[in-house]
Amino acid sequence: MSAGAPPGVAPQAPALILEDVSKQFVAGGRVVQALDGVSAQIRRASVTGLIGPDGAGKTTLMRLVAGLLLPQRGRITALGIDVLKEPLKAHEVLGYMPQRFGLYEDLSVQENLDLYADLHGVPRQARPQRYAELLAMTGLALFTRRLAGRLSGGMKQKLGLACVLVRPPGLLLLDEPTVGVDPLSRRELWKIVYRLVEETQTTVLLSTAYLDEAERCDEVILIHEGRVLGQGPPRDFSARLHGRSFVVTAPAVSTRHLQERLAAAPGVLDAIAQGDRVRVVSEEGAGLGEVRRAVADAAGVSVAPVAARFEDAFVVMLSERATPAKAPRPVAEHENAAGAGGAQRPGVIAVHNLSRRFGDFYAVRRISFTVGRGEIFGLLGANGAGKSTTFRMLCGLLPASEGTLEVAGVNLRHAAARARQRIGYMAQRFSLYGNLTVAENLRFFARAYGLSGAVRRERLAWALEEFELGPFADATSAELPLGFKQRLALAAALMHRPEILFLDEPTSGVDPLGRREFWRRINALAEEGVTVLVTTHIMEEAEYCDRLVIMAAGEILAEGSPQALKARFKTADNPEPSVEDAFVALVAAGSGVGEAADAA
Amino acid sequence: MRRSSLMRLRGLLRKEWLQILRDPSSISIAFVLPTLLLFLFGYGVTLDARNEPVGLVVDNPDSTAQSVVAAFYQSPYFVPVQLASIQEAEDAIADHRVSAILWLRNDFSRRLLARGDAPIELIVNGTDANTARIVEGYVQSVWSDWLVKLARINGRPLAVPLLVEPRIWFNPSARSRDYLVPGLMASIMTLVGALLTAMVVAREWERGTMEALMVTPVSLTDIFLGKLVPYFLLGMGGMALSAGLAYWLFAVPLRGSGVVLMAASALFLLAALGMGLLISTVTRDQFVAGQVAIIATYLPAFMLSGFVFDIGSMPWGIRFATYLVAARYFVSILQTVFLAGDVWAVILPNGAALLAMAMLFLTLARLASRKRLE
Repeated sequence: MSAGAPPGVAPQAPALILEDVSKQFVAGGRVVQALDGVSAQIRRASVTGLIGPDGAGKTTLMRLVAGLLLPQRGRITALGIDVLKEPLKAHEVLGYMPQRFGLYEDLSVQENLDLYADLHGVPRQARPQRYAELLAMTGLALFTRRLAGRLSGGMKQKLGLACVLVRPPGLLLLDEPTVGVDPLSRRELWKIVYRLVEETQTTVLLSTAYLDEAERCDEVILIHEGRVLGQGPPRDFSARLHGRSFVVTAPAVSTRHLQERLAAAPGVLDAIAQGDRVRVVSEEGAGLGEVRRAVADAAGVSVAPVAARFEDAFVVMLSERATPAKAPRPVAEHENAAGAGGAQRPGVIAVHNLSRRFGDFYAVRRISFTVGRGEIFGLLGANGAGKSTTFRMLCGLLPASEGTLEVAGVNLRHAAARARQRIGYMAQRFSLYGNLTVAENLRFFARAYGLSGAVRRERLAWALEEFELGPFADATSAELPLGFKQRLALAAALMHRPEILFLDEPTSGVDPLGRREFWRRINALAEEGVTVLVTTHIMEEAEYCDRLVIMAAGEILAEGSPQALKARFKTADNPEPSVEDAFVALVAAGSGVGEAADAA
Repeated sequence: MRRSSLMRLRGLLRKEWLQILRDPSSISIAFVLPTLLLFLFGYGVTLDARNEPVGLVVDNPDSTAQSVVAAFYQSPYFVPVQLASIQEAEDAIADHRVSAILWLRNDFSRRLLARGDAPIELIVNGTDANTARIVEGYVQSVWSDWLVKLARINGRPLAVPLLVEPRIWFNPSARSRDYLVPGLMASIMTLVGALLTAMVVAREWERGTMEALMVTPVSLTDIFLGKLVPYFLLGMGGMALSAGLAYWLFAVPLRGSGVVLMAASALFLLAALGMGLLISTVTRDQFVAGQVAIIATYLPAFMLSGFVFDIGSMPWGIRFATYLVAARYFVSILQTVFLAGDVWAVILPNGAALLAMAMLFLTLARLASRKRLE
């Protein structure tokens, strides 16, 4: 499209054209190629998902389209306007919601709307009607006088959206609108977006790191390490894998073992645990036969083909590019030793009626659970559910207000330091020393846990070997790619051979391959008898846990194995609910009351 | 087009105003901080010696000696403390109960009457050299006043060969408060102007609201004015408060006109706001912006503006650097307007310098900002 294209370009013309867009940043003397020759087109009146793991270049691309950054190379045309040459003209027709929604927290809902209406030049007489529509759509009508800073994450997200929509944009850019928002609000956002497209023919470009959201888009642009891996309807991606996805069940073998064996089997590209089953994607050319052969010796095995998901396609595309990661050393097999009956094993962590108050606000309220040795136990919940507070109490970093908690047989109220010697803790965002090298970080953590001399040298060698960090031993940890930082953080937490491992949001921001590799290691540790307690807001990760609790507003809504939790929400409409379905149903049942009370 | 631009600006102004009202930090920087600083300097820090405790040791309290003591009691600068012996007085000076000792020896009256050259002995605690010198001067002046009076009573010529009669122009009572308070107002305005804007613009970057603003049809001029106008008004409010406190509470005379005072303040405030905008545009981080604002604007305004330290006695390199400190010109105007009057020979060149500084910083800030993230 030439720069002189008339404003009323043919309606069939794409709403957005990206031609060979490249963007580099210089950070600390290093050049980071954020985007590398990205070309794509977006149809009018459609919802396109820009999908990729954190650090893939999604936000950079969004900002380029919004005219907030200049590329080193390439052209961007939005609704017939050359964004790079005429950013101001583009701003007249674009709607852009940045990651933190762009809200003024000390302004009320109504004042935020007024501000954006003023900025977008919405005529006064048109406002009452527009406000009414937006407030009805977002369900914020009852909260117009509340300060934006006091809204929940989901409500902020909806207000951010309402502010962008106050003047209907021709092209709506939403940068990770669903990050840090509970699944219920995520579903509502999608409903709003689709209503918008239907009613006003708006074109929407939305970025997300949640692969399951890909399937909600009309079209998907898959982006990884600054390059487009593919574009098309999500079905097209999964269609390519037709006949390569299966679920395997084997009642005689623990799910974890089954998954490990399948992952290591020839012809199998991907194997992940899903409750009591394992989901398998076979290599190209391999099929049911290969998968069956891999587990032929186990009794009662059943292998059934299933429809491929978007994530399967993504993992296949990524693993075709990546060098295969070394599988962790096989662990000794104890057939059916694990299984779901973790509660019968002696409790390594026992929490009883635990509460934590901040003023008169309960961050955690009377929660109880027991975790057995060698169990992987999950705390699942949206941001602000009380997961991190619970964790800090378990690690002895935060005293409990009420209740008892025992870790490794030690009461944390009396001997927090002694208990800490026996636990390994991997904090959110990894808490590494960015300007120390990999080896220096490991040595530091070993010393911090009192390892010295030969023991320390031996553990350092083990960590470098086991986590394949040897080649990076002298690189500063800030330079490492995210996946390697995660490995290093895990290695540091394991230097003193803890019996219990606490993982706080360990995989956030890591791509699906990195996530799989991480869970393989965690599984291996659990098999060796290490007890693992993990928090996550990623619903699919719940499937890796033996048991989990679902938390909301500081309380436990449900406890059980992933299978048991899902089974509770089986309905005629939804015979195979996911953990997310269970979560949404539980939270909806619990919070209906809370929201009403809030509004009063 | 013009109407929508007005609408945008009004929206931004209203937003900024609501934020000022709801976030106590802006209000406290503009009003509480000046008040605190003025009270601190007005009452706490003073370069005068007033009510200095002076130990009087009179070995032979006859009528002549008593009249010397009475002269010290009448002086507003001293609080005499009568001490029995020189030993006791030495202890008192060591304990900081008195800052000087005046010793009239046994033979004081006799020598005075006989030869007319009776010495008094003055011991001053020199740990604070400034106060020591001032106390010394005051003691001398009390002493020579007493001698003059004595001479007049006795009808005898004064024995003291030379009498220094100091006259301090523009600040006859030599109250340091009178020149400290106007100087302080320059520092306060720097803080209000630069710190306030630096923080609030950086806050918008940090919270991601600036990114959202950038992709609306708003123009950079709108954003610029949206920040300048509210904080200009707030700063002028702080200035008016400081001037009011100076005049009514600290009784600093205002010999020039209020109009000149406000006009100079407005120019200076624009320069300070320009510095604040420039800092926040470059740093985009509240913590860094705050640090830079204090180090690059407040400290120079405090130390290099000539309000505490005399610029004339600085080494030439630093003296040259003071020309880059906008507060220097403002301090000159303030001290002139408060203490001397509308002296145009001072006000006009300094006012022109302030105008140039304001234009320089505002232009730099405007040039440094783009409707982009890099």
